[in-house]
Amino acid sequence: MAVGLLGRKVGMTQVTDETGRSVPVTVIEAGPCTVLQIRTMARDGYEAVQMGFRDKPRRLAIRAERGHVAVLSSKRSKAKAEAKIEPVAKANCEPQRYVREFRTDAKDQPVEVGAKLTVELFKDVPALDVIGMIKGRGTAGAMKAHGFHGLSASHGVQRAHRSQGSVGSHAADRGHSGKIKKGKLMSTRWGNERVTIRNLKLVRIDAENNLLLVRGAIPGPNGGYVMVRKANKLK
Amino acid sequence: MAETKKEPKKDLMKLVENSSIRAERLEFEIGDTVDVHTRILEGDKERIQKFTGVVIARRGSGTRENFIVRRIVNGEGVERIFPMNSPKISKLEVVRHGQVRRAKLFFLRDRLGKATRLVERRPARKQA
Repeated sequence: MAVGLLGRKVGMTQVTDETGRSVPVTVIEAGPCTVLQIRTMARDGYEAVQMGFRDKPRRLAIRAERGHVAVLSSKRSKAKAEAKIEPVAKANCEPQRYVREFRTDAKDQPVEVGAKLTVELFKDVPALDVIGMIKGRGTAGAMKAHGFHGLSASHGVQRAHRSQGSVGSHAADRGHSGKIKKGKLMSTRWGNERVTIRNLKLVRIDAENNLLLVRGAIPGPNGGYVMVRKANKLK
Repeated sequence: MAETKKEPKKDLMKLVENSSIRAERLEFEIGDTVDVHTRILEGDKERIQKFTGVVIARRGSGTRENFIVRRIVNGEGVERIFPMNSPKISKLEVVRHGQVRRAKLFFLRDRLGKATRLVERRPARKQA
């Protein structure tokens, strides 16, 4: 796994490719992202790179967030200095709004705390994975939530066209209790969860404006934050 | 999460879309009879096909803008929808200006023969 970028979904449109065909694309404003912290096996038990996207106004940032990105003077830091404990490297930037980690391993190019990563990272990359939160749908019926087919539109079905149908019989696997099986799929709260869309073709990189154009849709609303990485299960 | 900046979205979209919008706009109006020259690939040869008809509608915006051209072939109405920004449209010529009073000429679909004719409009007068 390699380092990716954090970004914001701008919206969808269509562009024409070199053969003159229209391609449906999602515009992602990605980076520049600041490397905030490096997670190491020795210190944290796993290897990862923590990155931040978008400055957060200082009035919204709590002291912990400011101390995470820059050196703040505190009793504790003074005590640590006296005890000759080496201070942790800080990125020396504004507090960041969207902070996420990318797992890394030994094969990856090492990055340093404070480095700025831009869309140049994805040069010569054919496809991307995009990770984001899909829109919440609230309580959704069985058809939307689980892809059930519902009941027939005709043949005497009355007011139950989108129903899930029967949920079990008197004896359904639970002795004679007449209870429904555990885990039976029914209508439920759906959406607002993390989703990875894999292998989205990278149509264009606009380095000047920090834009990525990927073919197809990505999770979340326009303006929602997403993680972007090189596709790790390339077709 | 609300963005504090003033609508950065629209500008970014425009930046992207401008790359796919033709440099010279196609000049025509609703009701015009036009020749649309389209490039088509046959095998590995390219040739130009002409589609002549009346522009009856125009819709969409940005890269998605398109227009509908209607003509009668062998007594059968044929309509083709052209994307305004398709690079496959090599040329568009206005043959005749039609005088119309609405933006969508769907009423032509219900008409046959002579009734489909539109009154010719004089070329736009120059401002004195």
